[in-house]
Amino acid sequence: MLVHLQGPWSPLIGRLSLHQIPYHNPIILGAFAFAVAIGLALFAGVTYTRSWRYLWREWLPSVDHKKIGVMYILVGLVMMFRGFIDAVMIRTQQLMAVGPKSAGHLEALHGYIPPFHFDQIYSSHGTIMLIFAVTPILVGLMNIVVPLQIGARDMAYPYLNALGLWLTTAGAALVMLSLYLGDFSHDGWIGLTPLTELPYSPGVGVDYWLWAIQIGSVGTTLGAINIIATIIKMRAPGMKWLRMPVFTWCAMATNLIVISAFPVLAGALFLLALDRYLGTHFYTAALGGNVMLYTDLFWVWGHPEVYFLVLPAFGIMSEVIPTFSRKPLFGYTTMVLAALGISGVSWSVWMHHFFVMGAGPDVIAFFSMSSMAVGIFTGVKVFNWAFTMYRGRLRFDTPMLWAIGALSFLFIGGLTGMMLAMPAIDYQVHNSVFLIAHFHSWLMTISFAALGGISYWFPKVFGFKLDEASGKRVVWFWIAGAIIVFTPMYILGFMGMTRRLDYVSHSSWYPLLVAEQVGIGLFCVAAYYQFKQLYVSIRDRHSNRAEADAWGSTRTLEWMTHSPVPFYNFAVIPQIHARDEWAWRKERGLTRLVPDRFQDIHLPKNTYVPAVLGAVAFMFGFAMVWRIWWLAACALLALIGVVVWRSFHKDTGYVITAAEVERMERAYLEPEPDAIGEEAPVGEPAAGVVASTRMPSRQSVGG
Amino acid sequence: MSSNEAETEDAGSIVLWNDAHPGPDMISTRTLGFWLYMLTDAMLFASIFTAYAILWHNNAGGPGAEQVVHLVPAFVETALVFASVFAFGIAMAALKRGRQGSVVRWIGVAFLLGAGFLGMEIHEFAALAQQGIVPERSGFLSSYYTLVLTHGLHMLFGLLWMAVMVAQVLRQGFTEGVVYRLLNLRIFWHFQALIWVFIFTFVYLQGKL
Repeated sequence: MLVHLQGPWSPLIGRLSLHQIPYHNPIILGAFAFAVAIGLALFAGVTYTRSWRYLWREWLPSVDHKKIGVMYILVGLVMMFRGFIDAVMIRTQQLMAVGPKSAGHLEALHGYIPPFHFDQIYSSHGTIMLIFAVTPILVGLMNIVVPLQIGARDMAYPYLNALGLWLTTAGAALVMLSLYLGDFSHDGWIGLTPLTELPYSPGVGVDYWLWAIQIGSVGTTLGAINIIATIIKMRAPGMKWLRMPVFTWCAMATNLIVISAFPVLAGALFLLALDRYLGTHFYTAALGGNVMLYTDLFWVWGHPEVYFLVLPAFGIMSEVIPTFSRKPLFGYTTMVLAALGISGVSWSVWMHHFFVMGAGPDVIAFFSMSSMAVGIFTGVKVFNWAFTMYRGRLRFDTPMLWAIGALSFLFIGGLTGMMLAMPAIDYQVHNSVFLIAHFHSWLMTISFAALGGISYWFPKVFGFKLDEASGKRVVWFWIAGAIIVFTPMYILGFMGMTRRLDYVSHSSWYPLLVAEQVGIGLFCVAAYYQFKQLYVSIRDRHSNRAEADAWGSTRTLEWMTHSPVPFYNFAVIPQIHARDEWAWRKERGLTRLVPDRFQDIHLPKNTYVPAVLGAVAFMFGFAMVWRIWWLAACALLALIGVVVWRSFHKDTGYVITAAEVERMERAYLEPEPDAIGEEAPVGEPAAGVVASTRMPSRQSVGG
Repeated sequence: MSSNEAETEDAGSIVLWNDAHPGPDMISTRTLGFWLYMLTDAMLFASIFTAYAILWHNNAGGPGAEQVVHLVPAFVETALVFASVFAFGIAMAALKRGRQGSVVRWIGVAFLLGAGFLGMEIHEFAALAQQGIVPERSGFLSSYYTLVLTHGLHMLFGLLWMAVMVAQVLRQGFTEGVVYRLLNLRIFWHFQALIWVFIFTFVYLQGKL
């Protein structure tokens, strides 16, 4: 049954051997040294602040949706940095390898990266940025914000929530491991068939790509089920469907996409895995396989995936813009309908990714028109944001700048998208860098909104604001960099430059490539200020303390509890009277956060099981990549065994008594004089991870 | 929109913090989540059915559907699946009345019938493999094996789940946790029967016609 492999294999360690460690490659060695240095610095930082116990007991087993959200975002930011380094390398290679006379270094004929390595870099850049950077950041934000916005204590399934996080982390860890052990896929982030078939990609690269995505997207799917069930079941009394904040609506729409689209990706990759491991003929060029079957299945997931990323971004913009315009959102109902419309249409546009397949005029016309229909819904949203700002009293804090930047790039990405939806234009620019510039404009929109969301809700989670001065520098350098990188890229696309080039044959394109390099330099400056912002904010956290209503003009429910949010979210569940409940209460002067009487709170216990399952899933992926069958079988049995074992546990929750809740609430409202500005009793800020200060977190740790 | 209006304007009588809110009940919350999971499973099957629909004529000179599928054993398998679902339904009726022994017995019957189905399926595929009709032979055989055996794997998982549930019912009785798992297993088991209907129609009947 198993396929015959090229190269050595042993029953004990599969395809592993010392040759698989790329110690002869100075670039990877440098990356490894860098990673080790960061790791040692983190280790030293955590040891110095004596936070091991705190991290081990409060974060690793946490089932608190806010902590899980923060961890999601940390994973996303780390992976985004990795993907950014990939981007810098791609740009630099294309700048150095122009024309036949360009010099070659480090075994490369031109530039400094040989083609096989270059192909891995753009493949990992795409995979990482879409699946392991932007996705975790947005999922993390939804995790933090949705339960707060609907007035819930936690998600519907806190345990499943933690499991989703650790599966995503396991996938990300597999991608990172591929850098230092073996190769990553060189077949593009989309996995071009039949190139991904074993005869053409005999190494472990495609297997890394395949299992990382497979494991990570199981996590994303579980998270989506959780968020939908949370929104349906956990809304506070009085919160009717049309009183839900728009971000929550967007979370609903986007997760409907996840539960319908991600299983198709799982199916597509499952069949590819069968081809690569058992020698079946789903996507092979011979013996009855069908290459376009993969392309179709992949994009049936792939295009909804794009809207899965953009809808939470739209949701963030719909929260940020009213807050900083000091007005209610214009056209709430159309906003909700547009979000649901986008998620519906997302299912009928996938074929525009390969118009050149030649499906015939009727099919192409259908997909062309449905692709343009997306512009109608997006246009509704753009006008609604514009009308929200019209005659508002605008304030330009960092989140608002991000939102406006996102809006601007949405114009560019949207209009070029309309161009690409026309088959006549698409035939000309298919697979050119015009397309690359188009979808990067969209991803800029998404990233801007995501970073805006982080700076907007940061004070809610941590109790202090991010530094404004360096934050604004991040915004401006990033926006300027994006304009300078992608404008030349649009032009180069029209001039005929195709994507994924490790060698640029036209010397006349050189000036535009230099411009792109300048742009990526500005990105580097933005990255510097991003780190500086984190450092300065944590250093000055005592002078940047945030109120419950951190921005003064917020409207939705999450601002109706303390900053940082207590681990039980609301001492007593609020009764909802209006669409923007907090704004409604402020208008009537009902801003007291103290309820008449307190009540017992039931919460789930912390548990290490999800982290263990994540580790076992990582082991399973590793074993499958290197074809160590005994380890894969053990890991699979362990996964099933742990799940079954856990299902026998009865005691998974605990109760905080009303008196205890009252004591903790008083500590928020009337802090003891000497406690102001003092260090947190429970946790110290450790290496970028900051404790929710002053409040004891949940203590009990269960199986 | 009317929902943007407040219902009461009298500040004195407005309830701001609702300490009587009971929160969602556990069983219906868990069941809702499982329905959502079933949707993802349906999409997984949809993608594999699509692959079968695209590839089922691609037999690359090897045996086609007509030579591979046999209607009589498939019909018996269908009967076994339906009988198993029926037995599980009786177990659920017993659950409503709170009869522990009856629930365990009928789940046992459902387990045996399901195991019978799986045994027949394994026998069928072992016979095929012995004749050299293996998934590596052609695109059709790849998709045939994958589609039917993915369903078989789900059935195997369902049997494992039944065994776990019998143990839990005996050890813990009808706690909230056990009841929602039994209800979810019912959804799962019915869904597998539904998928089998599609497989019987599109693989077995269509293959012979």
